[in-house]
Amino acid sequence: MRITELFDNGEFVVSAEVGPPKGIHIDGMVEEAKKYLTDVHFVNVTDNQSSVMRLGSLATCKVLKDAGLNPIFQLTCRDRNRIALQSDLLSAAMLGIDNILCLTGDHTKLGDHPQAKPVFDLDSVSLLHTASLLETGVDLGGNALVGEAPKFAKGAVVSPCSDSVDAQLVKMERKVKAGAEYFQTQAVFEPEKFIKFMEAAKQFGKPVQVGIIIPKSAGMCKFMNNNVAGVHIPDELIAELQADKEKTKAGITGVEIAARIIRECKPYCQGVHIMSLGWESKIPALLSQAGLK
Amino acid sequence: MLITKLKSEEAIASLASGKVFIINCHGCKEVGFPEEEAKALQKKLESEGKVVGTLTTDYVCNPTELSLRLRAPMAKIAEADAVLVFSCGVGVQTISEVLEDKPVYACCDTVELPGFQGVTPLEYDCGQCGECFLNLTGGICPITACSKSLVNGPCGGTSDSGKCEVCPDMECGWERIIQRLKAQGRLDVLKCPTQLHDFNTDEATKAAKESE
Ligand code: SF4
Ligand code: SF4
Repeated sequence: MRITELFDNGEFVVSAEVGPPKGIHIDGMVEEAKKYLTDVHFVNVTDNQSSVMRLGSLATCKVLKDAGLNPIFQLTCRDRNRIALQSDLLSAAMLGIDNILCLTGDHTKLGDHPQAKPVFDLDSVSLLHTASLLETGVDLGGNALVGEAPKFAKGAVVSPCSDSVDAQLVKMERKVKAGAEYFQTQAVFEPEKFIKFMEAAKQFGKPVQVGIIIPKSAGMCKFMNNNVAGVHIPDELIAELQADKEKTKAGITGVEIAARIIRECKPYCQGVHIMSLGWESKIPALLSQAGLK
Repeated sequence: MLITKLKSEEAIASLASGKVFIINCHGCKEVGFPEEEAKALQKKLESEGKVVGTLTTDYVCNPTELSLRLRAPMAKIAEADAVLVFSCGVGVQTISEVLEDKPVYACCDTVELPGFQGVTPLEYDCGQCGECFLNLTGGICPITACSKSLVNGPCGGTSDSGKCEVCPDMECGWERIIQRLKAQGRLDVLKCPTQLHDFNTDEATKAAKESE
């Protein structure tokens, strides 16, 4: 099932993100996904997230699909040139994995193989363009594909709480022009900013899923404030997490905060994308508190 | 100057939609500059009444020298809607910085010349990419000013203080591009079609492929 079909039906689409393990044993991850992600429509599979080498996104997507879930194949441009990216897009389509999310990707220097050669032959925009081109039966080299052309639901990301709103809107427009059909956002902790952004982003007429991270601790929030571009966690939220350490440790406070943010943003967007960062087990509680199940 | 070739006549004509001031750099031209073709093209622009002035000089890549040389023709430059530059990418970047609030356009592509880096100072860098993007980026080179050499806008990694995710000491090249275009009221430039960076910088194989 393509995510765009759900948006077209007017559903409030819920997706969650999982990261493949650094190794070949995936059973644990699949079991967790089956247990906690049953009420989630789609599961994003990250692509060597944060430039840390792991099991591949496409292979993991296939395993999740076989387990009955709907995967979204995330592709970054960091590790593959245009030949490999197109080849992987064809492989995905052949395996029936037709939801994709196109990203530029973090730089290699930020990960666990800083010695690696960063590729960036394409970027998020030109990758979307490439997927659109493949859908017309032609590759980036201008050569015809054999047989039926692939069809994808092509997604992209945007950072609504970034200080540089102009830059975000310009880039979003370029992504739409290149073929983006839906957007997932960077983590939102300031609903007012998100709502304001959505006012401006409405012009593109593409569904947007608000990005949610369940805050685990005050320390994590401070770390994100200092290190993650476009993420701002207000002091009041940090104070809320500091108030009752036990409650925070158990994840109760974080889930309350995240559910509140979802409820506030819901009228202004078309779905929610949860980046649980290992807290998949909290997702059912989050969805029920947010009124999504 | 590094080795350059002229952009297509149509490309240059589209840059000269209004009044233009032309700057030619004959710096290290022994390295390579299509002087005759450039002259012919500029003649044509002149006959169309588009040129408000021309400055032919050398080593425009030296900001101090350049500022001095721009003093005399400054009034003319102010009259122009844009400045057309016939030089390598370093020259265009230097002029864009000195004439910060004026659209400055590159009329040449800087092509790869292994082993010779021209006589350019260190402030600006040209990666000799062969298809100069400066006209789409406010005169700031996306190939050398962005850690990922992105040609379609910033990645998501620009910090709130405008620094690059890769090295916090470095300004994000795309943030600079956006700020410059915004100051000039030209953010629309970024709504151009999707750009693909052509990594085949070998003119000979390109020509062979095209004639196939
Ligand atoms: S875009 Fe940059 S690398 Fe390419 S020719 Fe222009 S200045 Fe040189
Ligand atoms: S932060 Fe800016 S300079 Fe650094 S890689 Fe991203 S776009 Fe390029």
